[in-house]
Amino acid sequence: MTTSKITLQARRFAALGDPTRLSVFTLIARSPLSVAEVAERLPVSRPAVSQHLKVLADAGLVQCESVGTRNLYRPDTDGIATMRDFIDSLWDVGLARFKAHAEAVARSRAADSSKEKP
Amino acid sequence: MNSPLASAAEVAVRKSVTVAAPIALAFEIFTARIESWWPMASHHIGEADCAAVVIEPRPGGRWFERGVDGIECQWGQVLVWEPGRRVVLVWQLNARWKFDPSLHTEVDVRFTAIDEGTTRVDLEHRGLEAYGADALAMRDTFGSPNGWNGMLDHFAQVAGATDKAAPTQ
Repeated sequence: MTTSKITLQARRFAALGDPTRLSVFTLIARSPLSVAEVAERLPVSRPAVSQHLKVLADAGLVQCESVGTRNLYRPDTDGIATMRDFIDSLWDVGLARFKAHAEAVARSRAADSSKEKP
Repeated sequence: MNSPLASAAEVAVRKSVTVAAPIALAFEIFTARIESWWPMASHHIGEADCAAVVIEPRPGGRWFERGVDGIECQWGQVLVWEPGRRVVLVWQLNARWKFDPSLHTEVDVRFTAIDEGTTRVDLEHRGLEAYGADALAMRDTFGSPNGWNGMLDHFAQVAGATDKAAPTQ
């Protein structure tokens, strides 16, 4: 793992180490929200929410997207990409094993049925 | 992933494999005999070694593993059950490889007969954008020997071994 990746991870740990920031992140991980919407759902002022979101964004955990006049915050896709890559590899292995096993059984059944033929 | 805002869209893995086996047999092995090919040694969630993986053959059926200690751990459930043609499974394992009922990703598997002895299997594992919330889980798993990095290392070993070894019975 490169130094820059480790630095980024360390920043993520630190960013989520604050209970309020963790709450903010958990909220927007469920659905993209604006600063005002986050502030409505938590006992935190808008300026404080903005500050927390800035820390989360610097840590690569959230991203800001302009939708019309609204600025929506959503989770960064890095975690999704990692999980997607993992599941991609998992099915590569799984389907290769499935193919090998199904073909072995098919061959063995074909051999058995040819024996039974007169 | 090219777009940094791709979490807004559906994230999926798509795979196709052509198998020299009749369609009924391919379906049976994929579902009723999943434990004959699933990489159980590396991909189970219970404390004990995995003794069986079960897909209950009906809509709403459970998809679970049974450990050698007899304890069952759920992976998800059956959403669509069309014997010999299609199965859609709900996969509810999070990045920590634990069952999470709030997580919903779908494994859609379709079987198509190419000829009498050949079947194409198209698999789509979709809804992976649900793992956005798992950036949280990564906080817990990074750095742990059994965590994310450890799992990927182990997986790489198993994947390497699979190329050489015949599938386990």
